[in-house]
Amino acid sequence: MKWTFFHKLGSPKWFYDISGRWLPWFAAASVLLLAVGSVWGLFFAPQDYQQGNSFRIIYIHVPAAFVAQSCYIMLAVAGVVSLVWRMKLADVALKCAAPIGAWMTFVALLTGAIWGKPTWGTYWVWDARLTSMLILLFLYFGVIALGQAISNRDTAAKATAVLAIVGTVNIPIIKYSVNWWNTLHQPATFKLTEKPAMPVEMWLPLLLMVLGFYALFTVSLFMRMRLEVLQREHKTRWVREALEKMS
Amino acid sequence: MRRIIWLLFCREWRLAWRRPGDLLNPLVFFALVVSLFPLAVGPEPSMLRAMAPGVIWVAALLATLLSLDGLFRSDYEDGSLEQWVLSPHPLELMVLVKVLHHWMVSGLAMVLLAPLFGMMLALPASVLPVLVLTLLLGTPILSLLGAVGAALTVGLKSGGVLLALLILPLYIPVLILGTGAMDAALQGMPVIGFMLWLGCLAVLAITLAPFAIAAGLRIGVSE
Repeated sequence: MKWTFFHKLGSPKWFYDISGRWLPWFAAASVLLLAVGSVWGLFFAPQDYQQGNSFRIIYIHVPAAFVAQSCYIMLAVAGVVSLVWRMKLADVALKCAAPIGAWMTFVALLTGAIWGKPTWGTYWVWDARLTSMLILLFLYFGVIALGQAISNRDTAAKATAVLAIVGTVNIPIIKYSVNWWNTLHQPATFKLTEKPAMPVEMWLPLLLMVLGFYALFTVSLFMRMRLEVLQREHKTRWVREALEKMS
Repeated sequence: MRRIIWLLFCREWRLAWRRPGDLLNPLVFFALVVSLFPLAVGPEPSMLRAMAPGVIWVAALLATLLSLDGLFRSDYEDGSLEQWVLSPHPLELMVLVKVLHHWMVSGLAMVLLAPLFGMMLALPASVLPVLVLTLLLGTPILSLLGAVGAALTVGLKSGGVLLALLILPLYIPVLILGTGAMDAALQGMPVIGFMLWLGCLAVLAITLAPFAIAAGLRIGVSE
C-alpha cells in the first residue's frame, strides 16, 4: 500500500489546493440539501399526531445534535493524528473544529429548550440527554479555553489534543451515568441499527437536513482551516502566489 | 524501580510535612463549604439529611480541585519536573506515585473527616459506612483526573479557573455515582451496584490517567 497520500494530506499547500477545489461542491450540496430539507420538513411533512406543528423544530434540533456529537469525536481523532504523526494539519483541524462544535451544541440546546416549552411545559428540565448536551458544551469550552490560554501554538495544539482524547474516553461514561441519573427525553430518533419509527414523509426530510448540516459543517470547517493555514504559512512562497492569484 | 518509587514517595512526604499549612487548607475549605449549607438553607434535620450526599460530594470535588492547582507547580518551577522527564524511569509510574501521595494527604484525609460532617448533617449512623466507602473509591478518581488537568495547565500563570473548567465536567460521573449510592442507602436500598461502578471507574482511572498525565507534563515541560 502506498502511503504517499497520507504524507500529502499533511501538507498545508496540498490541503489548500484540494479544499479550494472541493469547497464549491460542498457549499452547493449544503445549500441544496438544507433548502430542500427545510422546505419539505417545515411545509410538506405531515403533522405529528400528538405534538402538532411544534415537532417541526426537530429538523434543526436533531441535525445540530448529530453534528455536535460527531464533531467532538472528530476532535479526538484529529488529536490522535496530531500526537502520533505530528501532522500540522490535524492541529489546524482541531483548533478550527472546536468552536463550530460548540456552536452546534448551543443550537441543539437552544432548539431543545424552545421545543421543550410546548411539549413538556418548561424550557429546561434536568433530563439526561439535555444534561449530557450541556456537559458536552462545557467540554467544548474546556478545549477552546485551554487552546487560547497557551500562547505557544504547537504546545497549545498538543495540550488540546490530549484533553480532547481524555474527554472522548470520558464521554460514554458521562453519558451512561447521566442516563442512569434521570431520563425523560424521547428515545433517539435515528438509530443506525433499526428502522425509524416515524413515517417516511417525516424522516426523509430529516435525513436530508442531517446530511445538509454535515455539508455545512464541512464548508465552515474548510473555510476556517484555509484561513488558519494561510496565516500559519504566510511566509512561504506558495501562499504569496495564491494570494496574488486571488487579487 | 521499587527503590525509585520508595524514594519519590519519601520525598513527597518530606516536602509535604515541611509545609503543613498546605495540607490543612483544602480540609478546612471542605469543612467550611459543608458548614455553609446549614447556614444557608436552615437547620431542619430532615432537609439536611436529604441534601447531605450532594453537599458532601460537591464539597469534596471543590476541595480536591483547590488542592490540585499547585500539584505540579513547584516541581515545574524548580526544574525537577524536567529531570523527571529526562530520567530513564517511566514518567507514568512517577506521576502515579505523586498522585497517590496527593490523594493520601487530601482525599484520604477527607474520607476520614467525612463521617463527622455526615453526623453534623443529620445522616443516620447506618449510612456513614456507605459514605466512607464511596469517598474511598471516588476520591482517587478525582485526584487522578484532576492531575490530568493540572499537568495540562502546568506552565500557565492563571491555572486555577481554567483547571476547574477542564476538570469539573469530567468529575460528573463520580458525583452521580457517589451521591446515588448515598441516596440509595438513605432509602434502605442495596448499594453494591454503585460501589462496583465506582470501583470500575477507579481501576480505569488508575490504569489510563497516568498516561494522560505524563503526556500533559511532557508537553508542558517542552515549552
